[in-house]
Amino acid sequence: MIDKFMASAEQAVADVSNGSTILVSGFGGAGLPSCLLAALVRIGAKDLVIISNNAGNAGNGIAQLVAAGRVRKIICSFPRQPDSGEFEKLYRSGAIELELVPQGTLSERIRAGGAGIAGFYTPTAFGTELAAGKEVKVFDGVGHVLERAIRADWAFIRARTADRWGNLTYQKTGRNFGPVMATAARCTVAQVAERVELGSIDPEHVITPAIYVHRLVKE
Amino acid sequence: MFYSNLKRRNPDEIAQRVVQDIPEGAHVNLGIGMPMRISNHLPRNREILLQSENGLLGMGPLAAAHEVDTELVNAGKQPVTMLPGASLFNHAESFAMIRGGHLDICVLGAFEVSVNGDLANWRTNDDDAIPAVGGAMDLAHGAKLLFVMMDHLTKNGQSKIVNRCTYPLTASRVVDKIYTDLATLAIEDCGVRAIDWIPDLEFDQLREITGVDLLAPR
Repeated sequence: MIDKFMASAEQAVADVSNGSTILVSGFGGAGLPSCLLAALVRIGAKDLVIISNNAGNAGNGIAQLVAAGRVRKIICSFPRQPDSGEFEKLYRSGAIELELVPQGTLSERIRAGGAGIAGFYTPTAFGTELAAGKEVKVFDGVGHVLERAIRADWAFIRARTADRWGNLTYQKTGRNFGPVMATAARCTVAQVAERVELGSIDPEHVITPAIYVHRLVKE
Repeated sequence: MFYSNLKRRNPDEIAQRVVQDIPEGAHVNLGIGMPMRISNHLPRNREILLQSENGLLGMGPLAAAHEVDTELVNAGKQPVTMLPGASLFNHAESFAMIRGGHLDICVLGAFEVSVNGDLANWRTNDDDAIPAVGGAMDLAHGAKLLFVMMDHLTKNGQSKIVNRCTYPLTASRVVDKIYTDLATLAIEDCGVRAIDWIPDLEFDQLREITGVDLLAPR
């Protein structure tokens, strides 16, 4: 019998090794897998590459990993927040690397990674600093930038409900990057608010199909 | 400086001016900062669908204290509400919607706009500042019409409407209209046209303050 639920968040993230690349869902606090991040803080993996929309704020899990010096690089669209002091301090001292990516390019790079597409051309960022060094091409008179897909070792996401196979539904705008990130990792771990019986989620309403989810943790 | 005592449009009045140009049935994205104020000024007699880049179409006004749900936020991470008929979707879908040309209007803040419609709104030239771009570059390319809502002048009294942007660009030749505390301007092929301005100013004074060639209203 398939049952992807694990006993604890620690168990679900225990084999995250040093140097791992981790996709982390969330837009600010909405959809942030805080239990998985807290467990990751406790288990001690370091030299991590974190891919998320923000660089951690208000002492949340990403901010704690950054503050503890466990993150080598952040790939994100918006690291500047009124309360993202930990990242700012390390960034200014050169102790953490930042790859700044326009938000739609970030989500599409991850989507491409999960969909087996190596790269794509987008008009976003054409002619700007963020296209520096990238291949460009003009289609129908409009300049485009070649962007490469992103895949990761891990995806940590937050969902609202899961059955034991890992079919997921989400909570309002907490959905954000979750369904996309789930597709682009070697191992996707979903933290969920509620466990439901197999078959109780209407197949028409499943947002992330079970195939993308490897481990589940009840909050 | 004579303009320091002008009776300017406050941010709510600028928002109300923008709303005059948003028709029934429009799909509209509001950038963070000043444009978000527009969500509180939408007319009751027109149905307008607000899109939030974090995966919501049919966004309602900011949430009152008793309505706050931390999983329901706008692009600025402020708690918001959903209107009846709202829909939720993931980030890749949201930006496919944005880049795919489905939005009628996007309203963004700006540091500078050039006379040919170049937009600079994601970083200054301050080396110590943390660069952050969010969805601005995607939105600038995707929306059918791009409106900018900003103060007309910097804190030092310099016009933010310039012949050539001095800050790093968000996108080239994308801005259609500019709404400020002093005036409403349109970027046209033949130049920047003044549409309306505050009663305290004559057209020639507006042109002098703005510091670039301005065309008179049609």
